[in-house]
Formats: sequence, C-alpha cells, structure tokens
Amino acid sequence: MSAAAGARGLSLGRIVLYAILGLFAIFYMLPLFVMIVTSFKSLDEIRLGDMLGLPQQPTADAWFAAWQTSCIGLTCEGLKGYFWNSIKMVVPAVFISTILGSLNGYVLTKWRFPGHRWVFALMLFGCFIPFQSVLVPMALILGKLGIAGTTAGLVLVHVVYGLGFTTLFFRNYYEAFPNELIRAAQIDGASFFQIFRRIMLPSSGPIIVVTVIFQFTNIWNDFLFGASFASGDSAPMTVALNNLVNTSTGVREYNVYMAAAIIAALPTLLVYIISGRYFVRGLMAGAVKG
Amino acid sequence: MGFLEIRNVKKRYGGTDVLKGIDISIEQGDFLVLVGPSGCGKSTLLNLIAGLDQLSEGEIWINGVMVNDLHPSKRDIAMVFQSYALYPNMTVAENVVFGLEMRGVPKPEREAAVAEVAKILQIEHLLTRKPSQLSGGQRQRVAMGRALVRKPLVFLFDEPLSNLDAKLRVEMRTEIKRLHQNMGATIVYVTHDQIEAMTLATQIAVMNGGEIQQLGSPKEIYNRPVNTFVASFMGSPSMNMIPAVLGNGGVEIASGNGAPISLRLPANGRGPNAASGRKVILGLRPEAVTDPGAADRNGAVTDANCHVEVVEPAGSDTFAVMRLGGVEVIARMRADTDLKPGQTAPFAFNMEKAVLFDPQSGNRID
Repeated sequence: MSAAAGARGLSLGRIVLYAILGLFAIFYMLPLFVMIVTSFKSLDEIRLGDMLGLPQQPTADAWFAAWQTSCIGLTCEGLKGYFWNSIKMVVPAVFISTILGSLNGYVLTKWRFPGHRWVFALMLFGCFIPFQSVLVPMALILGKLGIAGTTAGLVLVHVVYGLGFTTLFFRNYYEAFPNELIRAAQIDGASFFQIFRRIMLPSSGPIIVVTVIFQFTNIWNDFLFGASFASGDSAPMTVALNNLVNTSTGVREYNVYMAAAIIAALPTLLVYIISGRYFVRGLMAGAVKG
Repeated sequence: MGFLEIRNVKKRYGGTDVLKGIDISIEQGDFLVLVGPSGCGKSTLLNLIAGLDQLSEGEIWINGVMVNDLHPSKRDIAMVFQSYALYPNMTVAENVVFGLEMRGVPKPEREAAVAEVAKILQIEHLLTRKPSQLSGGQRQRVAMGRALVRKPLVFLFDEPLSNLDAKLRVEMRTEIKRLHQNMGATIVYVTHDQIEAMTLATQIAVMNGGEIQQLGSPKEIYNRPVNTFVASFMGSPSMNMIPAVLGNGGVEIASGNGAPISLRLPANGRGPNAASGRKVILGLRPEAVTDPGAADRNGAVTDANCHVEVVEPAGSDTFAVMRLGGVEVIARMRADTDLKPGQTAPFAFNMEKAVLFDPQSGNRID
C-alpha cells in the first residue's frame, strides 16, 4: 500500500504524515534552539521576554562568563576547573571499564569455565541494581579505601557500575566471534593475552565504539554519584552546573546558565560525532568462509 | 610403534560416548583420511589429536612422544580448519607467519619462510591483502600456507574443501595430493566425502557411531568392505545390496518375474562353499553389473535378463536402475547404450568382486 502511495507521489495522507513528523521535530528541537539563542543574548535583551527571537546584538560574553568567571558556591572561577574534573574522571573510567569488559567478554565466551553462566547472570543483575540503593555502602567502602570525595573514588564507582554493561556488550559480540580463530591461534602458540591483544581486540572496533559512546555518555552525564562521592573542588561538571544555577546571589543570569549547560553537553555530542564516523560495520567480513 | 599412534582413545561428553575406543597407527608420510557420516566422531578425534579437546581415556603418541598432556602448540602439529580461520585483522603474510612469530623465530627467517611457502602455493601476489579481499580458493591456499610454513610433524585437515564450489574442490583436492606427494608429509584428514577419501588417502578409517568400522588402504576398503555400512558408505553410486540365497556354488536372486537368477561365485576360495540355502546379502558394485559387451570375460561372469525401470545418462556412463530380490539395483553401462526404460535386456554380472554379507549382523562372510 505504501509502495502504491509512493508511486502516486505525495498523497494527502503523506502530507499529513510529514506535517505531523515535522511538528514533532520542531517541538523536540525547540528547547535546544532557545538555549542557543539565549546564550548569545545580553541580560537586557533577555528581559524583553522574547524567548524565541534571534539575538539583536549577538555576544559571546555569557560563554566566557560561564567558563571563567561565574560563581559556583563561594569561588568565582567559572566551570573550567570542573570541566577538567569531569575529563579526569571520564577518561580513565571509560578506558578501564571498556578494557575490563572486553576481557570479561573474552573469558566468558572463549575460555569458559564451570559456572560461567552464573557469573554472567550475576554481572547482568548488577546492571539492574538501582543507584540509590548502593549509595551508603559505597560511601563506606570509599571511606575505608581512603578515596572518598576524590576523583579516583569516582572513577572506581563508575568502573564498577559500568562493568556489567560493558561485559554484556563484549560478551554478545564475542559470542559470534568464530571459535576456530582462537583454536588456530592456540595451535600457532599464542598465549591467552596474545590472542586477546593480537586477534580479539583488533577485531572489536565496532563494539569498542558502541561501548565507549555508552560509557562516556553515562559517566559524563551522571549526577547522583558525582554529587554523592565527589564534593567541593573535585565535583564533576554536572554537579558544578547545578551549583552554578542554584547559587543565589545577584540576578539570575539566564544567558550564562544556558551557555554553561551547552558546554556541559558538548563532550558527549563530540563523542557521538567523532566515534560515529569510525563506526564501520563489517570489520569481521572475511574472517571465515565467504 | 607408528609415527602417529592412537591407542584405545575414548571421549565422553556428559553421559554420551562420542568415541568408543579408537585404535589407529600410521607411518611417517601416510595420508590418513577419517571418513564417516555427520556425528560419527571424526572431527572429535581430530581435535583430540590437535589437543584442542581433552581425551577421556587412552593415549596419543606422535613420533614416539606421548602428547596427551601437551598443549596444542607443543605437539608440533598444524591444522587447517573448515572455515580456514584466517585472522581477519592481519594480512596474508602476517597470517602465514603468526605461528613462527609466536615461537620467537627471528624476522629474516620468517620472511624467508613466507616467501618459500608463497611460492609453493602461488600466493605471492596476495601477501599484502587482508583475508576479506580473497576468494574462497585463495583463502584455502593461505590456510594451507599457514600450516606448511611451520613444517610440523603432522598436518591436520578438518574438512578443508567443504566450503568450496564443486570445480574448485576438485582442483584443490589434486593440489593437496600433489603437496603430499612432493613433501612426503604425514597428514590426518577429516571428510564426509567418500570420493575425497578414496582419491587422497593412503589409509582410510571409516567411522560410524564413535567406532572405526574399517581401517585400510582405499583398495581394501572399496573391494573388501568388512560390513554393509562400509560397503554402502564408500563408492558412488553405492554398492548394490541384494538379498540372495546360497546354493550350487553360487547365489540365487529372486528376479520378480518368474525364474530366479542364479549367479556363479568365483572358485577362488572366497565365499562359503557349503551352507546351501543360507540367506545372504550379495554386495555388487554398480560397475560389476554392466552390458554383456563391456564386461571383462576373464572372471566369473554370468549373463541374465533383467527388467530395466529407469535409465540415467551421466555423461561418461549411463546408469540403469532395475529391481532384483526386492531392492533397487544400479548397473553401470556404457555411455552410448541404447537401453530403454521398460525393456528387458541382458546384463553381465561380474562376480569376481562380489562380497557376501550376513543379513543379521551385516558383517562380511568369507
């Protein structure tokens, strides 16, 4: 039926359909549009109340203020310190959880041991534990380890929490990886880690990209763990953004808030754009019979 | 002791016996083919020799060393897999040389080895390509190159030709045979294709249900099968199995239309002389039932008229299907025969290579 409609060109039904889709798209994009235009307006212009209007005198002042001079809590040095906090947290956390996840997946599919199903089931179960329920025990453990309130502590929390997901991703990917390759490598004399490093990892491009995007987005955007386990100067971006908006001195600088929010969202956007380009399918083509 | 010796090897998965006591011994330079239907345990046996799987009982010796507890890489074997198992992220040259690299062979030697193997297999122009850029036949060559370059004691082939199309399969079969002849390598080769087994092997082990049915040269397997399983598995079209009754120095077959056909057995001591009236199964290869003009008259040949049901021209031969003793019998005729379905025509039964089986046990009667 849809093919017939397509053959006749734009029917009334199609026009209505596209109109509705367009409407939803506009509705969905509208907040982002408001954020961007507001961030380039001066406070005076914002007070005029035309939320959707383009800036009359575009200015990047709010962006500089958000980055360098806005007040978060008692200090007025902008977001930049917290931005680096987030980078220092997210890079090791993503790297470690991805590597450990791929090792787990490798063992759970290619070096099976009695009870491997149970181990995997428990790790999967870990994905579904609500964050709030572990806050207190986690705080106790971090305290005992002496890394409470530090970026290292936050990295540990995110690695532990991400492990269930990364293991799931890699296990499912390696499940389809031909066992004969592992056997061939064993006969060739490659060790456990040599097989992993020389054969599994180089063939894991697509799933590494998926895992990195997923982990990066989750860890960067996390607020609860950041607010709970990293206080003051080691707080990540999300917590700082909240503190910036809630700092209750002076006027509410909406343009600065908007700029700050966009800065906070930029890295995840970048990861999507950059990684997406490397998301090449079919890296495995030709491994086995054609 | 043989170069490769398999002693009473058993393998159990859970409660099921996959291999029920295998004994094989072959000499250096032998080409052993393990052949049998799916699930007969032939691939399991190969994996046990490779060390990719642990045996439940028994011993495997390679060149005087018991390898039961040796890691696959320490057994001095190389394996060619059904799927070729080429590392997708490496070039052809890197694939071929990976085993040497893992063994710490210095780079100049590795490069020399690759060059040599590439020349033998004519894959020199492919060395910088990735496996995904190769055709099936080229992948097959690379997989063999990876095995050859190591110069192992024993080569293991796991159905290496089953993923190729029919024409390429025949070409590669000849190639493998040539390699074996030129290098004198010791090879264990798994296949379910009985033609591959016949053409390649110096020794064939026909397997079924986790047991070796018969171990012998292709000729022995073909001409003197020990039981009806081996007889019908090897050969294409398969051996005719005709219910018959012993008597008067020969066998009698019910022909369906009146008088039974009486076939004289050769007087060479084969076949039971006594026991008249005993029921047997007469095993006759299709080529032993042919046109009277084409038959080899030196042997014990009997002519008989039979009713032709179907005629199947196959190019080089024509096959005639008839019904004897209640079963279908296939005769291999000259290609230019003018037989017509529905006709009753004379056939020559050459009993020189006839084999008799016991109807109950299926074993050969001598």
